[in-house]
Amino acid sequence: MTTPSVPARAEDAAPAQHSGIDWLFVIAVLAIAAALVRVIYYTPFEAVQGPAQKIFYLHLPAALDAFMAFGIVALAGIGYLWLGDLRLDRAAESSAEVGVMFTTVVLVTGPLWARPVWGTWWTWDARLTLTLFLWFIYVGYLVLRGAIEDRALRARYSAVLGILGSLLIPFIHLSVYLFRTLHPRPIVLKPSAPSLPPEMLTTLIISFVAFTLFYLALVRQRYRLASERDLLELEEGR
Amino acid sequence: MAPNTLSAALLIARKDLAIEFRTRTAFFSAAVFALLGIVIFYFAWDPTAVAPMDLAPGVLWGIFTFSGLLGLQRSFGIEQADRAIDALLGAPISRESIYLGKAIANLVFVAAVQVIAIPAVQLFYGVPLLEHAAVLALIALLSAIGLVAVGTLFSAMAVNTKLAEMLLPVLSLPFFVPIVIPAAQATARLLAGRPAAESVGWLKLLLAFDIVFVVACTLAFPFTIEE
Repeated sequence: MTTPSVPARAEDAAPAQHSGIDWLFVIAVLAIAAALVRVIYYTPFEAVQGPAQKIFYLHLPAALDAFMAFGIVALAGIGYLWLGDLRLDRAAESSAEVGVMFTTVVLVTGPLWARPVWGTWWTWDARLTLTLFLWFIYVGYLVLRGAIEDRALRARYSAVLGILGSLLIPFIHLSVYLFRTLHPRPIVLKPSAPSLPPEMLTTLIISFVAFTLFYLALVRQRYRLASERDLLELEEGR
Repeated sequence: MAPNTLSAALLIARKDLAIEFRTRTAFFSAAVFALLGIVIFYFAWDPTAVAPMDLAPGVLWGIFTFSGLLGLQRSFGIEQADRAIDALLGAPISRESIYLGKAIANLVFVAAVQVIAIPAVQLFYGVPLLEHAAVLALIALLSAIGLVAVGTLFSAMAVNTKLAEMLLPVLSLPFFVPIVIPAAQATARLLAGRPAAESVGWLKLLLAFDIVFVVACTLAFPFTIEE
């Protein structure tokens, strides 16, 4: 009782012909470099936090793109269960992997910023806890993908986990948020985006655009790899 | 359709519970595991520094999820022998009834372990859990429904992977976080003698979790069947 584990249609498996330079990737890297130059040289220091606050321009865009990546995992999962198109599964796979990388960036830059500003590397603040669990959920998602040989089964299980993971996020957020508010601990408040001066807001937006381009470039690369792997499996007749 | 689904589900639950009642392997290991956990956690903290009263709720619900995993692992594991799952899938019943039947059997299993674990926590930690039996039973029921809803689905998925039972905790535990936190918080308030109204928010969170994941997992289950 096994279904064919390979895509039925040729265009599902055939990778797009590509050669030479990946221009999207080059543009994304240049955009990140330009954003960093602006962050370092053309954005004023925050009055209280000084240079430490500049990590904000990496931290928040990475967090926003990580959330977007996991949103795409869930949407692609729904799409896959509905249409059964393996291209959607490859998009979910690619987005999850890049999303885990962005979440790792958030979890690394967060403590680096927290140490000088809050005086501690880690605190069980609602947002920190949520990000940590987000990381656990999608690392689990990647472990699940790696543990299934059958291509169609892998796609279906991943879709189910990707959808359930997105349903879980509000519950984790709510429970850790309630947990925090019922047991308040002194925490230095984080500056929020709307209160930023215009120069800083511009830098933030530039940085976010650069990170999003970088996300797209990485997902595109990763998607091509997945296509080629599927094609290889098809040719091997697995 | 609906009455058939329910009666078929009860039939499957009865089958699983009959297997468990006759072999008693998973239940004994889960019950002993729970007792061991309760004892080990007591000694892991200095009782003069951390009052057993503060420790008990966290231990109770932490152990609840871990011992629950033992029963959940078995849920679809027992169908692997001789590919019994194929016979189950070939039966003229809906996929949803297989899922619900398995979930009901797991619910009974988890509840039976709690019937042993809760008095054990009262005994070893000297906390008055059973004085609040009614509210505690409600917390336990709401927690157990959420736990088996998610765990049964993941059990069905884990058996078809290379990692098998190793994968179940990795997939399930993040989903148990919004169960353990409200259950432990509500129990802590109960033990501190706070009015039950203070815990209503936590119970609502558990109830919402149950509704969302019972529906989502029932809908998702047919996709997890390997045919």
